[in-house]
Amino acid sequence: MATVGTTTKDNTAALVQTKRKKATKFETKLALFGLLFASPWILGLLMFNVYPLLASAYYSFTTYSILEPGKFVGFENYTTLFKDDVFWKSISNTLYYTFIFVPLSIVQGVALAMLLNLKIKGQGIYRTLFFIPSLVPEIATVIIWLWLLNPQFGLVNFWLDKIGISGPPWIGSEAWSKPSLILMSLWGTGQAVVIYLAGLQDVPQDYYDAAQVDGANAWQRMRTITLPLLTPVIFFNMIMGMIGALQNFVLPYTLTNGQGTPANSMMFYVMYLYTNGFAYLKMGYASAMAWILFIIVVALTAIIFATQKRWVHYQR
Amino acid sequence: METSSRLTIFQRGFAHAVLIIMGAFFLSPFLWMVSTSLKSNAELFLWPPKWIPSTMVWRNYPDAIDYIPFFKYLSNSLLISGLATIAVLISCPLVAYSLARIPWKGAKPLFGATLIVMMMPYQVTMIPIFITFKNIGWVGTNIPLWLPALFGAPFYIFLLRQFFMGLPKELEDAARIDGASELRIYSQIMLPLCKPALLTIALFQFMGSWKDYQGPLIYLSDESQYTLMLGMQAFKSQHGAEWQLMMATLVMITLPIMILYFLVQKAFIRGITFTGIK
Repeated sequence: MATVGTTTKDNTAALVQTKRKKATKFETKLALFGLLFASPWILGLLMFNVYPLLASAYYSFTTYSILEPGKFVGFENYTTLFKDDVFWKSISNTLYYTFIFVPLSIVQGVALAMLLNLKIKGQGIYRTLFFIPSLVPEIATVIIWLWLLNPQFGLVNFWLDKIGISGPPWIGSEAWSKPSLILMSLWGTGQAVVIYLAGLQDVPQDYYDAAQVDGANAWQRMRTITLPLLTPVIFFNMIMGMIGALQNFVLPYTLTNGQGTPANSMMFYVMYLYTNGFAYLKMGYASAMAWILFIIVVALTAIIFATQKRWVHYQR
Repeated sequence: METSSRLTIFQRGFAHAVLIIMGAFFLSPFLWMVSTSLKSNAELFLWPPKWIPSTMVWRNYPDAIDYIPFFKYLSNSLLISGLATIAVLISCPLVAYSLARIPWKGAKPLFGATLIVMMMPYQVTMIPIFITFKNIGWVGTNIPLWLPALFGAPFYIFLLRQFFMGLPKELEDAARIDGASELRIYSQIMLPLCKPALLTIALFQFMGSWKDYQGPLIYLSDESQYTLMLGMQAFKSQHGAEWQLMMATLVMITLPIMILYFLVQKAFIRGITFTGIK
């Protein structure tokens, strides 16, 4: 038999142990609930992301079409792609569009949000005005702008004519088709403005008051307070905007009835991928394209992330 | 911004000028669509262009509805958008709650995976998913257009997680001490609190499905299954010359989204402010 002292010790130990047991039991229960609640998404990840990702990697090494199972061809799809002129054309079109549209949309969005954040008359009306186009479906955007940009009877060239500029042929010409598309895309970026606005309203008023006391003018306040504090939102929109721009499909596809005309100047990467996969049924070839797109997206995202330290300021 | 009260008249005037010019750029295509939808064939190609038709041809609207199986396409669109929205509302908050509020080992890696998937281009998984649905025999039905939403969508899970993270921790601690089950804490305490965020993702999903073009293009082959967006395309190539009917149809497919947006606008903007997009 143990002494009194050790008995107490034993008792405490036992108590701690039961407590611990209870705690672990509670933790296990929680973990089980966590797993249960997350299970739809775990299944979704496996069924709609992990499996398709692996399958697409496999298909990219085969001649798979819907009609036949296809055979393993190693890197042939990739080497054929690198010799495919339309592939290169679609890459250059897509990068052209991305590198011009994304910066322009950020400048436009931030500028508009700052103006819309001012306390001026008609603020609510202005805000609505810029948001309306982003509610218009892309197919409607295409048809409206096809009509507006018509070289003979379109409204845009009519206005240009009025200020003495002879308007370009827009969508009909190789040089102007992509700028036309960028113009149309910029029209529909109102959703980003709302997000920038939300970011602006988060900037603490004290900062402005302090700057005011120091005698900073409106321009300096914007440069040193508003813009730096908005950089996390800009960063988010830049990444999402870039990923979206690289996947540009509906506008050029419906605008050119899937042809990418004139002279493939409107053949965008995902359009060519879609055409290979679903029109020519070259699913293996299209899968190789999908993987190259994936690598491009990862690389560009990594580059933007690497620059983050230099220009993104987090408040905390 | 309080500081704006100190704006000079010049700055104020400048702001209005820029907003009006930009506003014209944003509004006029939309007004032009409405104006064209009410024009007669004769006034369509007038030069100089005319903003207000001399006689409003309201007949363009019923004519447009007769030109394509409008109501068939409309009901297809509504069904797909509605089902996808319900699916997203069932799955996403559940997952987001688990990631944000339940302390378990898997939460962190699962959130990491969610972020990666959010950035993954849809095209990478598009072909194998299509092949799988083809093998099951669902290609040509609307099932592939809403069923995956039942298994969660990364962007919405991300938004809702940010929202849940912002709620005070005492809420569920108190409930847990009182012996409430996790399911009860979730459904009776947490879910009602995130109504604005739920409304935001519901709106995003409904508009996304309603406007979706690529999905229906890949999965729907029979015209009786077409959504309004696909139906528009058929309209565009077959009856390319009937601009005013096309514009009338565009007004009719754009209007429901606008009405929906303006109805829930306040909650929507609050949802965006609370969720962590900003």
